[in-house]
Amino acid sequence: MTSLPQATGKKLGLVIDLDTCVGCQACVTNCKEWNTGGHMAPLTDLNAYAAGADGVWFNRVHTYEISDHPACGAAPARTLHFPRSCLHCETPACVTVCPTGASYKRAADGIVLVNEDLCIGCKLCSWACPYGAREFDVVEGVMKKCTLCVDRIYNENLAEEDRVPACVLTCPTGARHFGDLGDPESDVSQLVAARGGVDLMPELGYAPTNKYLPPRPRRDTAAAVPEAEAELSPAPGGFLGWVDRLLSR
Amino acid sequence: MHPALSVIFFTTASGAGYGLLAVLGLYALIGRLPQDLGFGLSAMLVALGLVTAGLLSSTFHLGHPERAWRAVSQWKTSWLSREGVMALASYVPALAFGLAWCFPALAPLPLAPLGALAAAFAMGTVYTTAMIYRSLKPIHQWHNRHVVPGYLILALMSGAVLLLALAAVFRQPLPFLAPLCGVLLAAGLTAKWLYWSFVAASVGPAGPASAVGLPGATVRSIEWPHTERNYVLKEMGFQLARKHAKRVRAVAVWAGFVLPAVMVETVILLPEGLAALLAVPAALLMAAGLVAERWLFFAEARHTVTLYYGAASA
Repeated sequence: MTSLPQATGKKLGLVIDLDTCVGCQACVTNCKEWNTGGHMAPLTDLNAYAAGADGVWFNRVHTYEISDHPACGAAPARTLHFPRSCLHCETPACVTVCPTGASYKRAADGIVLVNEDLCIGCKLCSWACPYGAREFDVVEGVMKKCTLCVDRIYNENLAEEDRVPACVLTCPTGARHFGDLGDPESDVSQLVAARGGVDLMPELGYAPTNKYLPPRPRRDTAAAVPEAEAELSPAPGGFLGWVDRLLSR
Repeated sequence: MHPALSVIFFTTASGAGYGLLAVLGLYALIGRLPQDLGFGLSAMLVALGLVTAGLLSSTFHLGHPERAWRAVSQWKTSWLSREGVMALASYVPALAFGLAWCFPALAPLPLAPLGALAAAFAMGTVYTTAMIYRSLKPIHQWHNRHVVPGYLILALMSGAVLLLALAAVFRQPLPFLAPLCGVLLAAGLTAKWLYWSFVAASVGPAGPASAVGLPGATVRSIEWPHTERNYVLKEMGFQLARKHAKRVRAVAVWAGFVLPAVMVETVILLPEGLAALLAVPAALLMAAGLVAERWLFFAEARHTVTLYYGAASA
């Protein structure tokens, strides 16, 4: 079971646009909302309203200051909001290290999932993931992770336009895209090609399916706009003209 | 990485148990294992007791210990699974060897080949343990060539020193055991010194810029996704102050290697009756030193996920 499929029919994944993400945490919130009642439910919270709050989340948004990058333009730095979740890698070591077969990569679409009934909670898969995508549920005693909303994307009880991951559906800036990255003609593949989408930590060789679009180079001047016409081009005559001339002196 | 006591105890205790089995097996192979029921039973009890206690302890950190049996199923890809298979399989030659050694009349089995087999399975199991760590790419301090030799040498070393203590208590002659202990203690310290030099001088291939997909950029974390420590930080974001690391390392070096080596070599000079007075404390001191060494092995290991939380390297 923990042997990886030779090839997957599709390579379903996300494309995340770091240019337009505003770090609003809406994807984080909707992910939690859907998934705490979904395939890996519940996403347990501990001390949710007190000190030491802790809990299982599949999606975390970091904020960085970046410099020495074309996205900064002439400015010394810029802000980068960075959503971090499972990348559904093509060679996920989190799957192959699993001693029980609980972790698996689906041959049909490449989604990486955990069978909670087989998981012994050894946590080795979370050590094997470079991206910190897996979070242990201390109450349930099993490992949990992003399911790519496997219970939404094939869900015929939802309207067709809603059959996308919860994070994608909710993103108010359209920074998250979902599709088949194995098909070069798909919208997401075209987007990755057009914007120079990248892998995270390619040095480690996990071959992530999810891609990130780097922030676009920054323009340091606003686009040229024709000069607005003067508000009072023809000087008025009469009394108002006399007042205007008096005040403009 | 969080230094979990259950895993520290498991790797040191089972390492010593398998090392003891391996050294006993080697003495059987060269035909110099003394036939003494008390000594034989005690040595086998200590070896298998350490191994078993370690294995049980390793199940304590599981979320579902009652499902631990499932862990032997994925030996094709998982080093943890292979460790489970090897740990269970090694009981067979170990028990057969113990029977043949302690009760030759009851179990007239060939001692030398059984000893060699028990030793091979014991060291094979330690190898699988080491490979669990060696195979994890996100942790540079584990994913390197020093880890496997370290585990193998330290297992043999602790087994040999343990055997010296047992032999002294039971006043059994085991030729060249004290010099062997000295050689292994020196080899162990050398292996750890090479490991610590490597860890101090190098960092993993990924950095904060490649972590966010912007190679070449300068990346500074200004806001975490959460205000309190989550699972990822508790498990993989363990931070060790440099001054504490230095102290623990000093404990590991002196208690784990240097002092036991001096004590073990002094044993040669002592009359047989007094050897245990030095050999037993040497073994206990070494055990404490190895716990410090193993604690450091976890505490000093840094995971790539810390790059997302502001670490400059991992």
